[in-house]
Amino acid sequence: MTGALLSIAGLDKTFRSGGPEVTALASVSLQLRRGETLGLVGPSGSGKSTLARVVMRLIEPDGGSLRFDGLDLLALKGEALRRQRKRLQMVFQDPLAAFNPRTTVGHALADPLRIHGLVPRTGRPAAIARLLDRVGLPASLAVRGIHEISGGQRQRVAIARALATEPDLIVLDEAVSALDLTVRNRILELLVELQRQSGLAYLFVSHDIAVVRAVAHRVAIMERGSIVETGPTPAVVAAPQSEIGHALVAAIPSFTSRTTRA
Amino acid sequence: MSETLLRIDGLGIRYSGADAAALEAVSFELAQGERLAVVGESGSGKSTLALALAGLLPRHTWIEGTIAWPALGHPPVAGRDLGMVFQDPGNSLNPVLRIGEQVAEVAQRHLGFGWPQAYARAEHLLGQVRLPDPARLLRAFPHQLSGGQRQRVAIAAAMAATPALLIADEATSALDTIVQRDILLLLDQLVRERGTTLIFVTHDIALAAQFADRIAVFHRGRLMEIGEAGTVTTMPASPYTATLLASHISLVTPPLIDGAPT
Repeated sequence: MTGALLSIAGLDKTFRSGGPEVTALASVSLQLRRGETLGLVGPSGSGKSTLARVVMRLIEPDGGSLRFDGLDLLALKGEALRRQRKRLQMVFQDPLAAFNPRTTVGHALADPLRIHGLVPRTGRPAAIARLLDRVGLPASLAVRGIHEISGGQRQRVAIARALATEPDLIVLDEAVSALDLTVRNRILELLVELQRQSGLAYLFVSHDIAVVRAVAHRVAIMERGSIVETGPTPAVVAAPQSEIGHALVAAIPSFTSRTTRA
Repeated sequence: MSETLLRIDGLGIRYSGADAAALEAVSFELAQGERLAVVGESGSGKSTLALALAGLLPRHTWIEGTIAWPALGHPPVAGRDLGMVFQDPGNSLNPVLRIGEQVAEVAQRHLGFGWPQAYARAEHLLGQVRLPDPARLLRAFPHQLSGGQRQRVAIAAAMAATPALLIADEATSALDTIVQRDILLLLDQLVRERGTTLIFVTHDIALAAQFADRIAVFHRGRLMEIGEAGTVTTMPASPYTATLLASHISLVTPPLIDGAPT
């Protein structure tokens, strides 16, 4: 058993913005291994997106620890933080909002290569072509505007951008929730294939436990800022122990059961 | 046999400046009290159909064919004969008007109620959409409510004049799966009690199968098939419908990963 890639212990976060205090995270602990997908499931407002952002160091927690490959991520600053940052990447729900809308696909992919000093200028076109190929897109797409391509293509470009720094972990925050179902499934297949190839770990944030069941090795269920249940995905989905786990499973539509009395 | 509420014949719609038609040669009928799910992916024309029925298409839109309303005898008046619920209740509710005024206004305008009577009806409706403490809620603003609560308010406003037809356009798509199921049950109950005809526009064919009487499948502006929900989901006539059905991820879909990571 290898050590955890990501180890979170006792994370707390309370938001105060004029109104009443909101506890977004209450003593959250979890572990994620290399090459593993952990599904983070819960209703709106359960704290799952806050947790994802704390892992990315986009939000500072009030307390607790965050260790990444043995390093205390919360203690890192400046150049040391920048060096680790490229090992963690994130893909958001809305790929259009995640890009500068006036940029081209090629420029969007060149940015991380340049910022992290990964590929010299002359090598970038070839590196961009390789990235596009890894996510199943033609190299010719590099010259297209990010607003010109379809939503599914854009999410592939977002994944390619995340892959550019050869990360160990990608946080996927509702990354397939806004896509058409046929497109969504091809993106899920791509994510699984990329994981097989390079041993990536995913923190897969979703409100849909059926989708999580398809891709996650383990699942953590959140409610009101706390993790109320965690375990291997098949076991948790088959017999959820928490009330919210039951509700999440019961809410999945199927063709065999009608919601209402006929 | 119920009377025909809606008869669409050879409907074609093309937006100003667009190359392709948004809808082409669409014909079907809808009986009073029926619950029809209109299913399709992005660009299928499903939302264009909803806008056409509500008379909300932009000016200079090219339209051919006919939309007839035999049971009404006239095109529906928005608010009185036809209520609409959209995906984002944050957009359909006025952010600076109190909840009570927004719901009461529909009753005041379309039912000829005086304001005290209209407010009494609003309070009653807020209770019927199962919002807590309706009397207090009348004075609240939309931002003080959760997404699910706002969608309940939007439903109350849409139902305030007891319209013959309710159109829900992706009304549950922005909600988490648990709230989505609650809102579906609520819609189902409301339209049953009142005999309201329902057009439920969704990208999710499994959700459609949960409670629609019939399902109409749209793809690239064309009606691929329309039929009983049970028939369309078990013996689809169109290969496209079969693709949609196959892309649904349920709790019995084989996972894309196998067991623990290696």
